Amino acid sequence: MPAISFQSVSKTFGSSRGTLTALDHVSFDIEEGEFFGLLGPNGAGKTTLISILAGLTRASSGRVAVRGHDVQSDYAQARRQLGVVPQELVFDPFFTVREALRIQSGYFGVRNNEAWISELLDSLGLADKANANMRQLSGGMKRRVLVAQALVHKPPVIVLDEPTAGVDVELRQTLWQFIARLNREGHSVLLTTHYLEEAEALCGRIAMLKAGRVVALERTSDLLKAASSNVLRFKIDRELPSQFADRARVTGRIVQLPAHDAHEIENYLAAIRQAGLRVEDVEIRKPDLEDVFLDVMSARHQQEVAA
Amino acid sequence: MTSFAGGWQTLLYKEVLRFWKVSFQTVAAPILTAMLYLLIFGHVLEDHVKVYDRIPYTAFLVPGLVMMSVLQNAFANSSSSLIQSKIMGNLVFVLLTPLSHWSWFIAYVGSSVARGLAVGLGVLVVTSLFAWPQFVAPAWILVFALLGAGMLGALGLIAGLWAEKFDQMAAFQNFVIMPMTFLSGVFYSIHSLPPFWQGVSHLNPFFYMIDGFRYGFFGVSDVSPWLSLGIVGTAMLVVGSVAVHLLRIGYKIRG
Repeated sequence: MPAISFQSVSKTFGSSRGTLTALDHVSFDIEEGEFFGLLGPNGAGKTTLISILAGLTRASSGRVAVRGHDVQSDYAQARRQLGVVPQELVFDPFFTVREALRIQSGYFGVRNNEAWISELLDSLGLADKANANMRQLSGGMKRRVLVAQALVHKPPVIVLDEPTAGVDVELRQTLWQFIARLNREGHSVLLTTHYLEEAEALCGRIAMLKAGRVVALERTSDLLKAASSNVLRFKIDRELPSQFADRARVTGRIVQLPAHDAHEIENYLAAIRQAGLRVEDVEIRKPDLEDVFLDVMSARHQQEVAA
Repeated sequence: MTSFAGGWQTLLYKEVLRFWKVSFQTVAAPILTAMLYLLIFGHVLEDHVKVYDRIPYTAFLVPGLVMMSVLQNAFANSSSSLIQSKIMGNLVFVLLTPLSHWSWFIAYVGSSVARGLAVGLGVLVVTSLFAWPQFVAPAWILVFALLGAGMLGALGLIAGLWAEKFDQMAAFQNFVIMPMTFLSGVFYSIHSLPPFWQGVSHLNPFFYMIDGFRYGFFGVSDVSPWLSLGIVGTAMLVVGSVAVHLLRIGYKIRG
C-alpha cells in the first residue's frame, strides 16, 4: 500500500474573472519509506496538492489517500498518519515551545509524550528554548518548532512544504540530518523545496509539476542520467551577448551553458571572445538537478515531448 | 499537564488556557465594566425607578449585569479566538488534526461557557458588595447561565468562522450583540416599555435569557421561566446546529 496516493486530482478555483486550474489530473504514488521530492516553479500547484493531502483544501475531483485512508471520507485516520510542516511561518503567541508541543500532541490523542517531546527538542536544537514563549523566538527557531509540532505524534508519513525557505545553513543541516534519520527508520517523506541541491541530495524519486500537471516523474538518478548534455561553466567580466540569453543560466558573473560535445564548447568560447569578453575559471561539469529542472520547465522540452 | 484523555479535551484545555493567560484583559476588565454600570446606573436611578415591588433598583440590576457579562464574554471568547487564529494563520495547527467538527464545537463552546461563567461569577461577587441579591431558585440561575453562555459561544463560533477581518467582527459585535443585550431588559423591566417595544422585546431571545436568569434570583419575572427555557433552548438548538454544520463543511476554513 502506498504511503500517499494521488489519483487524478484536479482543483479549479472560480473567481469573477473565470476559473483557474491549479491542478489538472495529477496522479502518482509515493511508496512506504520513500524520500520523495515534489518540485516546480511558484504557482505550479505544489502547495495546493499538499493542502488537499492535509485536508486544508478539497479537491474538485480525484482521490487522495494516505496509507489507504481517504483524506475526505476517512480524514481522522488519514491525518493521524500525516505530519505536515506548513510553508507559512505561523505560531500561537499564547504558549511556550513545550506547551505548544504538548498541546499538538494532545490533539492527536497521544498521552504521556514527554520523552519524545524532549527528544524532538534536543534533535532540533530547541532544548534551551523549551520554556520560551513562541513570540520571543527568531524566525529560524519558529521554523524548528513547526517541524517539531508536525512530528510530535510520530507520523509515519512526513510532509515538508519548503521547510528551508529563508533559514540559515546550520538549521538546514540539523533539519536534514534529523529527517534523514527518520527516513532511515522507516518514515516516508514528501518534500517540496526550491533548493534543488537539497532535493538532489535527499530525494530518491522526484515529480515535477508545471502549471498543475506532472511533467516529470522519475528516480533522481535516472533524471540526471537522462540529461542530454554536460555543462560549460565560466565567469565573465561584462554582460553576456544576447544570442546566448535563451540557453544560459546566469548567476551574477557566472554563466552556465549546456554543451553536448567539444565542438560546441569551442564555438561558445570563440563567440564570447569575439564579443570582446574576458573569460575566467572555465570548467566542464556533469549536469545537476537544477539543469534538469530548467530543461524540463523550458518550452523546448515541452516541444520535444510533444514531438 | 502530562496526559490528555483525547483530542477534544486538549482543544478545550488550550482554549481555556488562552483566555486564562490574559485574564486581566478577558476576565478582570469586564468585571470592572459591569461594576461601573452598577455604580453609575444604580446611583442615578435608585430612587427613580421601581421595577418590582420590594426589590430595590440596584438589586434588580445585579442579575441583569451578571447575565449581560456572561453573554458578551462567551461571545467574545470563541469569536476572538477564531478570528485571531485565522488571521495569524495558526488555526492550521488544529485544521491538521483528526479532531471532528463535534470536537471543535464542544471545545470552542465549552471554553466560551467557562469564560462567561468566570466573568459572571466575578461580576456577581463584586456587585454583591453593593446590593446583596437573593437566590430564590438557584437551579434556574445555573440553567440560564449555562444555556445563555452556550448559545453566545456558538454564535461567536459562527461569527468567528464568517468574519475575515477584525472590523467585520467588530461590526457583528456592535450592531448585533450589543443592541440585543442592551435591549433585552438588563436595565429595566420590559413592562415599563410602550406596548410596541414590549412586542419587539419579545422577539429578542436575549430577553428570555435575562428574564429567566433574573427569576432565579427574585422568583419574579416578566414571563414564565418555563416559556423562557423553551425559547432559549430552541434558540440554542438552532444556533448550535448552524455552528456544527458550518464546522462540518469547513466553512471559510477549508478551501
